[in-house]
Amino acid sequence: MTNNSKSFSCPTPINQYDKILLAHGGGGTLMHNLIESLFKKYFDNDILKQGNDSAIIDYDKNTSRYAFTTDSYVVHPIFFPGGNIGALAVYGTINDLSVSGAKPEFISVSFIIEEGFPISDLEEIVISIKNAADNTGVKIVTGDTKVIESSYKLQDNQNKLNNINANIYINTSGIGIVYEDMRISPLNCKPGDAIILSGSIAEHGIAVISAREKIEFETEIKSDVNPVNRIVEEIEKSGYGRYIKVMRDPTRGGLTSTLNEIAKAGKIGIKIYEDKIPILPEILGACELFGFDPMYVANEGKLIAVVAGNYADKILKVIKSLPEGNKAEIIGEITDTNIQKVVMRTVLGNNRVLDMISGEQLPRIC
Amino acid sequence: MLKHLSEYRNAELVKDLSEKIKSVSTGNWRIMEICGGQTHAIMKYNLEEFLPDNIKLLHGPGCPVCVTPASKIDLAIYASRQKDVILISYGDMLRVPGSSTDLLSVKADGCDIRTIYSPLEVISIAENNPDKTIIFFAIGFETTASPNAHLISLLDKKGIKNIFILSSMFRVPPAIEFLLSDPENKINGFLAAGHVCTVMGYEEYIPISKKFKVPIVITGFEPADILSGILETILQLEKSKYEVVNRYKRVVKQTGNISSKKVIEEVFDITDMEWRGIGIIPRSGFDLKGKYKIYSFFNLFKETESELKPDKSRTICIAGEIMQGKKTPLECKAFGNLCTPESPLGAPMVSSEGTCSAYLRYKKLN
Repeated sequence: MTNNSKSFSCPTPINQYDKILLAHGGGGTLMHNLIESLFKKYFDNDILKQGNDSAIIDYDKNTSRYAFTTDSYVVHPIFFPGGNIGALAVYGTINDLSVSGAKPEFISVSFIIEEGFPISDLEEIVISIKNAADNTGVKIVTGDTKVIESSYKLQDNQNKLNNINANIYINTSGIGIVYEDMRISPLNCKPGDAIILSGSIAEHGIAVISAREKIEFETEIKSDVNPVNRIVEEIEKSGYGRYIKVMRDPTRGGLTSTLNEIAKAGKIGIKIYEDKIPILPEILGACELFGFDPMYVANEGKLIAVVAGNYADKILKVIKSLPEGNKAEIIGEITDTNIQKVVMRTVLGNNRVLDMISGEQLPRIC
Repeated sequence: MLKHLSEYRNAELVKDLSEKIKSVSTGNWRIMEICGGQTHAIMKYNLEEFLPDNIKLLHGPGCPVCVTPASKIDLAIYASRQKDVILISYGDMLRVPGSSTDLLSVKADGCDIRTIYSPLEVISIAENNPDKTIIFFAIGFETTASPNAHLISLLDKKGIKNIFILSSMFRVPPAIEFLLSDPENKINGFLAAGHVCTVMGYEEYIPISKKFKVPIVITGFEPADILSGILETILQLEKSKYEVVNRYKRVVKQTGNISSKKVIEEVFDITDMEWRGIGIIPRSGFDLKGKYKIYSFFNLFKETESELKPDKSRTICIAGEIMQGKKTPLECKAFGNLCTPESPLGAPMVSSEGTCSAYLRYKKLN
């Protein structure tokens, strides 16, 4: 047996693509590069530079500040346990406004529909949009509909129904009024601040992938698709709004990516405790099965708040008083060590760094 | 399953094992875990923190995506560009560069490339697309060879004619023997992969252990499993004992899974196989046998192998030495800057089981 490894070589990197790949939408480095080198190059102004979930517009000092945001939804499959693309599209935008410290007021809904799409499915989606808007007290004030040729290549599955392969995509935009007390910025975070998570993690990503792969579990795994606006409203009503430093909803890339964004933007360190992070046993089991780390799996209805350490218990109590916040926990704190890093104390008692190194492994989860 | 998870991620048990390892280790021992899943767990839980300085872990070539050679990826790319072809593989495989491009780019060009979780999905894709040629890029070790063999035996029973197999399936024991026969190797003991041994048993490892005087310990994937495997290896080394010992008894039997082995033997011949980063290892792969040869990829593309020549002009990556345990990713100049999971230079940076990717994601605190 001879060892012929000496001549081995690997090919050079492929990081300069001349076309868009699915990975450009994955939330990782490719997407980041696209935004930096193309979008920011041509679209550049002081408001866009804020780089937050919503733009905060403060054009008249005598009136309230406005929050404005937009998002498109391409989730596949469009119906999944716990929700569908309609509720997701409304709550996604509601949540982006809410974590900017705003009360959501008005949204737009635009549809891009492929020919052949069943009207009955469309009606189900529209009803779910209406219910989501009613539930959060926002008005749908404008919209648009476009129909295009069917282009989506069906990932054929046993349950393929009558060759239906038409798809639907939804864009929503939203406007909210920023609560007077709330000044949300990662730069407000200081060592000693506490980090609160409003509920258990990784449910949306696992529900979508299970539906896509048609894998069933003994306990049905449901997406957590939900609004977080009531949590923010309750904190504001309680008078603790001014003690909120920053809020985020940990969607694509999961808890890890969101915490990393806060650590990097706020130029502070973050320490969290694995045994404090709420996760349902069936989600943990499914993550083992799929080989996912739940810390990187998407949520759609959870809120992370960094709050002044002295008020952490009081704010936690406010969040826990709501059904959508009853599993909330203080999961960690802001530190002056390990700046711009997220460190987790594992259940084994040692520390590990949680890095935002990889983009979302699953395309089209929202 | 969850009961086992919490049991083997128990902080007390881990601490206990760590103390035992520290108290018995007097020599400088280098232990290689062969399986990418174990590499991942070691990094994820930062298990090296529980070991004394004189115990070093080396990370072996145990990730099927990483060891699939560029020439085979080139074949898959060539095939997927042909008319009426659907190419099927596992997700990570799409991101590994061949000699000039990757399957992800070819997919963006409009070629029909699909990813699956279970080999049986190949059959439903074939049945739903009777006019297409389906190519299954079958990668994996013995663990995956078993369901792949089951799939191929079903093709025969069901009389499906439009599926062809491009095999990149590997056997672990010849790789261990190959690494040990290199006079420069630094390996004192092996942790053998629990999943592989679940299928194949561990009789094959006994002559290797004797011939090269190395302990080989069948090891599971949870923190306590891995530390227990390391402890057993050190106990043997300290006493100059060289045996095959099963430390994953709750799952692995000496003879393996008889029915899985039977279907592998029925469908596959043992052949020489090229490993990326290592070269050709005699008798280290599986390919189609006897009547199943009609499903071979090479029946469709007879001319391809000689036409495609890997481009070896660009070399930075030291994946070969990393996968043989001669170097760590930290000794690579490209690690973490030129080479990242989004723009990998080499395969170990692509797959979540790859050594470089695991190092980067779970990098340690300074």
